[in-house]
Amino acid sequence: MIPATFDYVRPDSLADAVSALSGGGEDAKVLAGGQSLMPMLRIRLASPTLLVDCSRLAELRGISDDGDAIVIGASTPHHDVMHDPLVMAHAPLIARTTAMVADPAIRHRGTFGGSLAHADPAGDLPTVSLVLGAQMVLAGPNGRRTVAASDFFVDYFTTALEPDEILVSVRIPKLGAGWGYDYQKFHRTAQAWAIVGVAAAVRRENGTIAEARVGLTNMAASPGRAATTESALAGAAANVDAIAAAAAHAADGTNPTSDLHAKADFRQHLARVLTGRAVRVAAGV
Amino acid sequence: MARIAVTVDGTAREADVEPRTLLVHWLRDDLGLVGTPVGCDTSNCGSCTVMIDGRSAKSCSLLAVQADGTQITTIQGAANGEWHPVQVAFKDCHALQCGYCTPGMVVAAIDLLSENPDPSEAEIREGLRGNLCRCTGYHNIVKAVQQASELMKEAAK
Ligand SMILES: Cc1cc2nc3c(=O)[nH]c(=O)nc-3n(C[C@H](O)[C@H](O)[C@H](O)COP(=O)(O)OP(=O)(O)OC[C@H]3O[C@@H](n4cnc5c(N)ncnc54)[C@H](O)[C@@H]3O)c2cc1C
Ligand code: FES
Ligand code: FES
Repeated sequence: MIPATFDYVRPDSLADAVSALSGGGEDAKVLAGGQSLMPMLRIRLASPTLLVDCSRLAELRGISDDGDAIVIGASTPHHDVMHDPLVMAHAPLIARTTAMVADPAIRHRGTFGGSLAHADPAGDLPTVSLVLGAQMVLAGPNGRRTVAASDFFVDYFTTALEPDEILVSVRIPKLGAGWGYDYQKFHRTAQAWAIVGVAAAVRRENGTIAEARVGLTNMAASPGRAATTESALAGAAANVDAIAAAAAHAADGTNPTSDLHAKADFRQHLARVLTGRAVRVAAGV
Repeated sequence: MARIAVTVDGTAREADVEPRTLLVHWLRDDLGLVGTPVGCDTSNCGSCTVMIDGRSAKSCSLLAVQADGTQITTIQGAANGEWHPVQVAFKDCHALQCGYCTPGMVVAAIDLLSENPDPSEAEIREGLRGNLCRCTGYHNIVKAVQQASELMKEAAK
């Protein structure tokens, strides 16, 4: 279908983009890669009055080293992120997960920041950014503020971004040596969204799991952490039995939706199975 | 209306477009380049795939204004006097039946081979995961990409 009419601007600076967005009112929207927005415009699920194209803003593109963290510009395309040497060295979980997002053509246009701002409950990168302790840098008419990933994802397709704010960049702390990672995704067709996904980051110390972080995709309106599993893993032996015992709690306290892809109890089953797999890979077991 | 300047299949074009015009509609309806079909409304099928600045993109999932300043190659620009090796291989391997997915499939395969000249079968299936074919069962498409890879390696020698 053809989208409803809207105005389009492509500002040359972030400051101009922020003023265009705040001048455009509630129905103005940022356009990044358009890979989530365009399908919504075409089926007229969204009908913004103004699109502010931020995909070419130099300030929003590229990846840099910032000492104990790497910084990913919001408009950096998925394809660039997954092949970037800094990402591969310091946040390989992001590279691995991005390679599972959509398909190559969509990854050429879709952006890292767009995925986070879109906040689809089935999105893979929100969960990964939560597990890695990412910090989102937002710019608005009153300047910049930083929001932790744990506060950024608020509800279905809803983040801490105000209508007149732009996600500028994402700071990803380097986890350093000793950490292993994995992302497991269950979906029915190759390019489809996760029915359930699990991100794991595990730090090993002499045969024991010293610390573990487990994030769940599509088990709630926003990405969450499997807290019981994480505490069961802390200090546990890095072996198959201990991991299986901890993974059995991965769905504790969750209340996932039932839809045409899976019923709630099947989603909980998937969360437990995928957690076991992801933690085993991350722990090198 | 917004003014755009785009090079399409080697020809410089300038046009005034409505911001809501999808790139694929501009290519088909305004430029008459109907070699690029539309197969879905959900960005899933990949039949509309074109190259933008040397990388594959789904032309139904982009506004024409977003393509301003870029170089686009559609299936109609894939052949350079002679058929592209991917086109030759698709014919030889009978990698199409109705042909609806073929323009996108060929462009996606060209993109895949430009990044990975010698892909494994798994890498071919992975690289074409954004392109759906409702007829062939993919088997001959994978064979065609393998053959194209051989043809292109031969030609590069
Ligand atoms: C067929 C298909 C399959 C897909 N499969 C997956 C998948 O398996 N996993 C997955 O995670 N994703 C998947 N995606 C989505 C893909 O990752 C998109 O690239 C991503 O969700 C949106 O990024 P974008 O840059 O295209 O954002 P856009 O579509 O441009 O924008 C999306 C939303 O975010 C807002 N926004 C974007 N950038 C900013 C910013 N800098 N500041 C403030 N707001 C902003 C926009 O206003 C809009 O509301 C899929 C998409 C398609 C079409
Ligand atoms: S028409 Fe289906 S992806 Fe473009
Ligand atoms: S040949 Fe018919 S859809 Fe592929």
